[in-house]
Amino acid sequence: MSVPVTPPLHETALVARHRALGARLIEFGGWLMPVQYSGILEEHRAVRERAGLFELSHMGELFVDGPAAGDALAAAVVSDPRTLAIGRAHYSMICAPDGGIIDDLIIYRLAPDRYLVVANAGNAAVVSDELADRLAGLNAVLDDRSMATSLVAIQGPAAAGILAPLTDVDLNGLRYYAIAEGQVAGVPALVARTGYTGEDGFEVFVDWDRGPDVWSALEAAGHEAGLLPCGLGARDTLRLEAGMPLYGNELDRTTSPFDAGLGRVVKLDKPGGFVGREALVRATERGPSRRLIGLEITGRGIGRHGYAVARGGRPAGVVTSGTQSPTLGHPIAMAYVHPDDSEPGTILDVEIRDQPVAAKVVPLPFYRRPR
Amino acid sequence: MVPPELRYTKDHEWVRLDGDVATVGVTAFAAEQLGDVVFVELPAAGRSLAQHATFGVVESVKAVSDLFAPIGGEVVEANPALAGAPELVNHDPFGAGWMIRIRVSQAAEIDGLLDAAAYEQLTAKA
Repeated sequence: MSVPVTPPLHETALVARHRALGARLIEFGGWLMPVQYSGILEEHRAVRERAGLFELSHMGELFVDGPAAGDALAAAVVSDPRTLAIGRAHYSMICAPDGGIIDDLIIYRLAPDRYLVVANAGNAAVVSDELADRLAGLNAVLDDRSMATSLVAIQGPAAAGILAPLTDVDLNGLRYYAIAEGQVAGVPALVARTGYTGEDGFEVFVDWDRGPDVWSALEAAGHEAGLLPCGLGARDTLRLEAGMPLYGNELDRTTSPFDAGLGRVVKLDKPGGFVGREALVRATERGPSRRLIGLEITGRGIGRHGYAVARGGRPAGVVTSGTQSPTLGHPIAMAYVHPDDSEPGTILDVEIRDQPVAAKVVPLPFYRRPR
Repeated sequence: MVPPELRYTKDHEWVRLDGDVATVGVTAFAAEQLGDVVFVELPAAGRSLAQHATFGVVESVKAVSDLFAPIGGEVVEANPALAGAPELVNHDPFGAGWMIRIRVSQAAEIDGLLDAAAYEQLTAKA
């Protein structure tokens, strides 16, 4: 077996803390990030049963301000951020003129004319440039604070109980996909009830150099509840169980929001239009040529990104993400297949090392948290 | 510390020769790098392997890696415990997590492998 080496990369304010915790660090989106501490399975279970602490400072934080901020953003992305109430957020995408996805985003409305756009690490620079272009000439200013912001997430059923004593933000009043300004462990922060794990949880945005303070406070406060520091490995298995797409796996420039089953996010009829609209209208008229599905692998082996999917020996599609599901105890995958092969219950094969391995189409998500 | 009596490959397999039967597994370093092992695919008894040939695959939550035979010969047994308990590779890589036993065709092949000191030097650099 071969072991990869890691080249020098952007480092977060917390890299020394991760090293001290025994994390294994890897390259991700141009950053040196922890992939695991105690082990992916143990970290995954901590988030499902108790709480996990993640550092996500590699994500891009783009603030858009000004009287035309709402109109300018609405013309730049597929959703309509003007419809957000102050202090609320929604999932969105930014598309190219041909309808291909440049990135998927969370957009928070912080004030009537102030928004926060959170982009993926590997796309942050591209999204920043693209937004700057699309805002040009409008009465709105883009402030890219990606390199000035630390982001720490606490996720899991115990997250609210751990965070509440450390913050003046009323967590009971903070709904899912809401954001509020306040303090965490004495540090000025934006606290959002969002995440990428399928559990309840919070994302805490602070100034770059205060990231370690917030991390340490949450780590100490969560110790008794069994909180574990969690890396990108567990983040990936958690989001996959929750059926959430990952840019680069399920989403890319050749994928439209409709392919990915994210058509509900696209507001074709919003006032003013937006970049990619014409192509996306044509895509809805044609109907999708493929669908994103869930697969439960019933044979032995894990279907991974790029593995072929077949039905009775005929090509049907390709796996986008796969892993052993720690919660379900068997392998799961997401795949793009022809619409005719996408009905739940359909039996397909995943080609694993030149062998067809049986898999069943199941509805997404694979896991839904008990409420 | 790795067991001093074993020989090692640069690909992080270990081998122990008892008479003409070699027991093969992956090292603790390899298990640590792989993370949680969830499947191990091993050859059936009777399969003949050249030295350095791929003999199987180990899948962790995160990645899939090929396994290479440190020494040539005929597979006499694959560890039956790994089908139900692949985590043995993480918990006891040099013991209960062994992978295959090979009836060795040329015992001298083992001389080309790393001894414990050389292997430790290799992983210290990684």
